Amino acid sequence: MYRILRKQRLNPTVTRMVIDAPKVARKAQAGQFVILRVKEDGERIPLTIADYDAMAGTVTIIYQIVGATTMLLDRLEQGDAILDFVGPLGRPSEVKHLHKVCVIGGGVGCAIAYPTAKALHENGAEVTLISGFRNKDLVILQEEFQAVSKTCHLVSDDGSTGKKGLVTDVLKELIEQGESFDEVIAIGPLVMMKFVCLLTKQYSIKTIVSMNPIMIDGTGMCGCCRLSVGGEMKFACVDGPDFDGHAVDFDEAISRSSTYREHERKAREEACNLFHKEVAS
Amino acid sequence: MYGIPEFRLPKTIVQQEIEGLKEMGVEIECNTVIGRSQTVDELFEEGYEAVFIGSGAGLPNFMNLSGENLKGVYSANEFLTRCNLMKAYQKGGDTPLQRAKRAVIVGGGNVAMDAARCAKRLGVGHVYIVYRRSMEELPARKEEVEHAMEEGIEFLLLRNPIRVLGNEEGWIRGVECVEMELGEPDESGRCRPVEKNGSNFVLEADCMIMAIGTSPNPLIRSTTEGLETNRKGCLVCDEQGRTTREGVFAGGDAVSGAATVILAMGAGKTAAKAIDEYIKNKQ
Repeated sequence: MYRILRKQRLNPTVTRMVIDAPKVARKAQAGQFVILRVKEDGERIPLTIADYDAMAGTVTIIYQIVGATTMLLDRLEQGDAILDFVGPLGRPSEVKHLHKVCVIGGGVGCAIAYPTAKALHENGAEVTLISGFRNKDLVILQEEFQAVSKTCHLVSDDGSTGKKGLVTDVLKELIEQGESFDEVIAIGPLVMMKFVCLLTKQYSIKTIVSMNPIMIDGTGMCGCCRLSVGGEMKFACVDGPDFDGHAVDFDEAISRSSTYREHERKAREEACNLFHKEVAS
Repeated sequence: MYGIPEFRLPKTIVQQEIEGLKEMGVEIECNTVIGRSQTVDELFEEGYEAVFIGSGAGLPNFMNLSGENLKGVYSANEFLTRCNLMKAYQKGGDTPLQRAKRAVIVGGGNVAMDAARCAKRLGVGHVYIVYRRSMEELPARKEEVEHAMEEGIEFLLLRNPIRVLGNEEGWIRGVECVEMELGEPDESGRCRPVEKNGSNFVLEADCMIMAIGTSPNPLIRSTTEGLETNRKGCLVCDEQGRTTREGVFAGGDAVSGAATVILAMGAGKTAAKAIDEYIKNKQ
């Protein structure tokens, strides 16, 4: 069992948990993920490691409540425990060779962008950060971002916080102003990553994306997380999750990610009803 | 406990085996992935004198067909994991599994039979086994084939998929196949299947399960120095289960490629004797 040491709500649907998991913390690096299972017979869900402290033996996760399992996870409080918590899985992000990088986080993807930005910063790279959210209520991790970046840009779809617009607007502006980057690292919704890649391709800037396909096993057993990268089949869990964004077939990934959308909607409704009844009684 | 269905290997039997080991004092560390959360070298550093690798079947093989990444196309590993390990077959399991009407299983081994029978038992109306050779060459055990036939699995032998067809929403709607005939024997000694020109036909399907083997998981071999593997990625071992690295032994699918529990348990017992000897001789 893996005890929840701290729980903090970052916005109405996003929560941060610090988990006591010394073995995972000892090995964790930016870009890697864990797979957790809340209860027996429960789903195994992958979550990227949002932060880690090898000395304290803790691993931080940040999750958005999207389905039945994250709803169940969110019902656990400080002091409760998670049944299974395995990791670190996947290949770490490659940060050592970079000097000047633009890190882009979209929505809850910022939880994954943060450890990468932090690792870059600690390695002495100059980090420009762009984060985008739908509106001001969904903003997370701004203080953390500021601490690890030279400049930090915030945009929102509706203009309720930061500049109104998309992360690609800011990126384009920076490039047009003459900023040059060794690499752009984009982490967020598939559509956002797709458009960042379309833009950076025009300017021939190498772009790394962190893919988060549906996963079951997480150790290269099931092939569920397969993607087409440069025309080849890759498994996000063992070959990734970071890939060359210019080689990823985003349209296929977007289609595959919708496989269980209908099922997920029903499961969420059922879980809502169940929890609602429990609260009522 | 992982992929093999209850009707073929009841979980109570596996559980008894596990309980037996626990009673003998074996400690089982869950939530540990050797090659990621810990390496083989670190196990030696912790004071273990020998390591046995029984990491089993690994990455599923696909055929690189166009449309293979459409929704509704699974590896047998994914399908069986969802169904058996994650208990999608019973009420209360949280892991989703698509409810299909017509399923095409590609391959002719035991795993293909397992996947076909699981699909049928989950209520799929038509379940087809598509295999490129004839009944004679089916690699599955004979009784597995008989059971599959008894349960109404439809065998399409001497057929091979060449393309997966999809609809506008990105779901599979059918599999284009071609008829095959057997030619001269190849290096495996089996007759080589050859495509019959112009024999293409479309098999309507909303689910396709690829059961054409696996290649061993790369996590351990890529993080352990001195472990030799063959061209298929299987660990190279002698008859006693000794790998090319001193103190490291291995057995089961990680060595043989996908095979049976029976062979894997045999390999484990042989290696156990060799490990016992190795440690005694060291002192």
